[in-house]
Amino acid sequence: MNLIERVVAISRRRSPWICRLNAGSCNGCDIEITPLLSPRYDAEQLGVELHGTPKHADIVLISGTLTLRSREAILDIYAQVPNPKAVVALGSCPASGNVFAGSPLVLSESLDSVVPVDVWVPGCPPRPQAILDGIARAAKLLEDGATKSQLQNWLGRLS
Amino acid sequence: MNAVWSYLIAFAVWPGLLFAAPLGWLELWFMRKLVARLQGRRGPPFFQPFFDFMKLLGKETVIPRGVNRGIFLALPLVSVGAVTAALAIVPLPGNPVPSLPGDVVLLLYLMEVPVLCEVLAGYVSRSIYGQVAAMREALLSLAYNLPFLVAIIAMAQEAGSFQMSALQAAPYGVVHLLAGATFLLALPARMKLNPFSIANAEHEIVADSHIEYSGPPLALFKLSHAVELVLLTELFAVVFIPATPWPLLNLLVYLAAGVAVLGGVTLLATATARLRLAQAFRFYWVWGGIASAVTMAATLVR
Repeated sequence: MNLIERVVAISRRRSPWICRLNAGSCNGCDIEITPLLSPRYDAEQLGVELHGTPKHADIVLISGTLTLRSREAILDIYAQVPNPKAVVALGSCPASGNVFAGSPLVLSESLDSVVPVDVWVPGCPPRPQAILDGIARAAKLLEDGATKSQLQNWLGRLS
Repeated sequence: MNAVWSYLIAFAVWPGLLFAAPLGWLELWFMRKLVARLQGRRGPPFFQPFFDFMKLLGKETVIPRGVNRGIFLALPLVSVGAVTAALAIVPLPGNPVPSLPGDVVLLLYLMEVPVLCEVLAGYVSRSIYGQVAAMREALLSLAYNLPFLVAIIAMAQEAGSFQMSALQAAPYGVVHLLAGATFLLALPARMKLNPFSIANAEHEIVADSHIEYSGPPLALFKLSHAVELVLLTELFAVVFIPATPWPLLNLLVYLAAGVAVLGGVTLLATATARLRLAQAFRFYWVWGGIASAVTMAATLVR
């Protein structure tokens, strides 16, 4: 790894830009993201910026139980995020469907079967510091080149 | 040959890219940190704008389907090139470029090119949000250019020449104060800061006109904005702050004046909410118009 690649790798950890995706959430997880950017937790000291467009994002925060209608949207938005990218699943819903599991309107599967998830943040809703920790862990994975999408690209180049 | 080399050095080294990029990042960091401190937050670390730039350089570029690839990739390059060329003309101490007759006109033209690139970037991207941002940017430039251009033209009238060195050396008078105030009136809109951050309203139209940009082209647009901050603050300092005979002292005074202007503008941006396009337009045509008329009258009276 030469010097410039090293600087770029460090920059990936120091400047994780996030983008939110509500895949059918009750808004409980989304409302816990707001205090992250406010004075109490101030995610900007880690370089976190909230961006509205997936084209500027490095990390996608996906919250909510996955509804039948949100599957296409998740795939579409995930495809728009430029590589290298990471996915953080917020709350219990993306993992299991939580209390909505079994409903006819809900995809009864984990988010991992739709897009590769790098960090799971458990809780209903998760605490803001847990979300911040999830973002920091995803940023570290981006630096190491160890997110699932980066590993897949690497394997694709080998074969 | 000698002149060509001096232009190349001015473009690439001082006051061009090699010094303007770190200075622009420093100013961006200062603004973000000041906003954070005023909001009671800790704010980003010192190297944050540099890390943002390097990370974007290492990312993939996604080009939307049906977009002209050449224009899409050329716009950020043209934007950075034009804004750096404009900075190379500004007679900062130690700038090797000879002062030409009429270089103020060239400077004013080159300063419009980044705005034009942003407007075109919005329309080229085929995104609805980008097109709305481009329309707002184009309309707003009609408004803020009135006080901005009048401030510079009044100084040229005062100095009796369209030459940057003549503007810099003009004897200090009341016109400097009036034109300086008119220039400051146009500054927040030129920097796309808060009461006039209508084109990059991140809550209404997601992002500014580079919503579809990613990776190195987006990094170049960010760099262009950073260099533009340096250009605007240093242009203010060179034209409206009286020069001393000592170049090194001049440089320190100019840098300090630039930081002071940025601090004031950031304070305004933190204290205000975003205006609507019509309100900003009315503000610039009424108050900017009155300030312009007073400034022009002051140059003609003497």
